[in-house]
Amino acid sequence: MRRVVVTGLGLVTPLGGDVETSWANILASKNGAGPITHFDASDQKCTIACEVKPKDHEYGFDADKRVDHKVQRQVDPFIVYGIDAAGQALEDAGLEDMSDDLKIRTGCSIGAGIGGLPGIERESIVLKERGPGRVSPHFVHGRLINLISGQVSIKYGLMGPNHAVVTACSTGAHSIGDAARMIRDDDADIMLAGGAESTINPLGVAGFAQARALNMSMNDRPTEASRPYDKDRDGFVMGEGAGVVVLEEYEHARARGAKIYAEVVGYGLSGDAYHVTAPHPEGKGAELAMNMALRKAGMAAGDIDYVNAHGTSTMADTIELSAVKRVLGDDLSGASMSSTKSAIGHLLGGAGAVEAIFCILAIRDQIVPPTLNLQNPDEGTDNVDLVPLVAKKRTVNAVLNNSFGFGGTNASLVMKKVD
Amino acid sequence: MSDTADRVSKIVVEHLGVEADKVNQEASFIDDLGADSLDIVELVMAFEEEFGVEIPDDAAEKITTVGDATKFIEEHNKG
Repeated sequence: MRRVVVTGLGLVTPLGGDVETSWANILASKNGAGPITHFDASDQKCTIACEVKPKDHEYGFDADKRVDHKVQRQVDPFIVYGIDAAGQALEDAGLEDMSDDLKIRTGCSIGAGIGGLPGIERESIVLKERGPGRVSPHFVHGRLINLISGQVSIKYGLMGPNHAVVTACSTGAHSIGDAARMIRDDDADIMLAGGAESTINPLGVAGFAQARALNMSMNDRPTEASRPYDKDRDGFVMGEGAGVVVLEEYEHARARGAKIYAEVVGYGLSGDAYHVTAPHPEGKGAELAMNMALRKAGMAAGDIDYVNAHGTSTMADTIELSAVKRVLGDDLSGASMSSTKSAIGHLLGGAGAVEAIFCILAIRDQIVPPTLNLQNPDEGTDNVDLVPLVAKKRTVNAVLNNSFGFGGTNASLVMKKVD
Repeated sequence: MSDTADRVSKIVVEHLGVEADKVNQEASFIDDLGADSLDIVELVMAFEEEFGVEIPDDAAEKITTVGDATKFIEEHNKG
C-alpha cells in the first residue's frame, strides 16, 4: 500500500503569519484574542475574536509576500490566507519549481467551512442600496470555497485532483484525510491539503452569537475567554487563518530526499445523526471516528502520546473528553491532551488543518502545546493531563487530532513519527 | 497628462496592481497590463463611479486601451 507522509507546512494564524512564529508563540503560552478591529463591533453581543494581525504587528501577516495585489482585491480574506499557507508549505517542501510531469501528479484539497461571508455581506448591501449593476464581477469566484484550491492550482500550475471539502469545523481534518486517500489510491503523488476561514465580519459574528456558540460573558477579558475544559468556559472565541500541509507519497519523498515530518497513518470519519449544532450527548460519533482512525493506523490506545482535542471551550468539551476516555482509557493511557483553541480561538474550517500542523510540530520538537486559561479544570478531568497553562516536553511519537462540526460531522487523524 | 488621463491611470494601477510607469495611454488592458475580461468589467464600473458617467455595454466593448477609456470619459463627462 502507498504510504503518505507530510513534507511541508504552512500557517497563517492569529499568533503568526508563518509556521515558526505561530508555533513559538503557542509554546510561549501567548494568546491571540483581543477586541474585534476588523469592523465596529460595538452593537454585537460578542465583541472579541482572535484576528490575524496586520503586517506591522510583532506577529502579523503580510499578504503581499505571496498573493498578487489584484487577487487580494478580488477575493475574500480566507482565500488570501489559504493561498499564502499553500505557498509556505510548497516552499517548505522544496517544491516551488516542479517539472511539468510532477505538476500533473500534484493536486489541491483545501477547503473552508463557511467561505466568503464578508464579501457576501458587503455585496448584498451593494445590491440592495445601489442595484444589480454595481455588484462586483468578481463576486462569485471571490467567495466560493473551492477557490483556494482553484487559485493555488493556477498560481503553481498544479493539474492533479482539485478538491475542496465543506464540512463546517471538521473541514481541515477531512481535507487532509481525503487528500491522503487520493495519494494512497494513486490519483496523485503530492497533495496540498488543508483549510482556511475568515468570518470575523458583522454577519458571521452575529450569526454565531445568535446560535449561542460564542463566548459573550468575557468581552472585557478577551484573553481569558477561550478556556477549554475549565469550569468557567462559556462559548468559543472566533479565530481566522489557514493551515496547509504538503502530503506526499512516501517513496516519492524519499527519492527526492525530502524532509519528512510525519506519516498520516489513520483517518476516521463519522456522523452523529443527532442534532444540527449539539454533539451527541454521549459522544458516540466522536468515538466512532477516533476508533476508525486507530483501527486504520493499526494502533492501540497506549500508542497515542498526544491528542489535539477539538475542545472549543463550550459545554461540548465534556462530551469529547468522555469519548476520548472510552477510546484511550480513563487516564488516556499515557497520552497528554490539549486544546490550542485556547490560544488562537476556533478557526472553524481551518481548525483541523492548523491543529494537525501543531500535532506534527509536537512530533518534530517533542513538546506538547498547552491549554491556556485552565485554572479550574471541570469535573471528570482528574487523572487526565490536559497540559494546563504551559507547554510540556515529553515523548511524542504518535498523535490523534479530533475535529467535529455542525451537522454532526466528525473526523479524526492519526499521524506518527517516521524513523 | 490631462486630469482625466491622470485619474484613469490611477484607477488602473489600483485595480490591476500594475506599476504606474506601465500605464500609458497606449497600453492595452489585456495585452500590456494582464487584465482579463472581468477585470475590464470592473474597471468600467470604477470609471463610472469616479467620473459619474454611464458607459453602456456596447461602448465598453470598444474600450481596449487606457487611452480609449480616457477619450470616452472626456467626451461624455459633462461634469
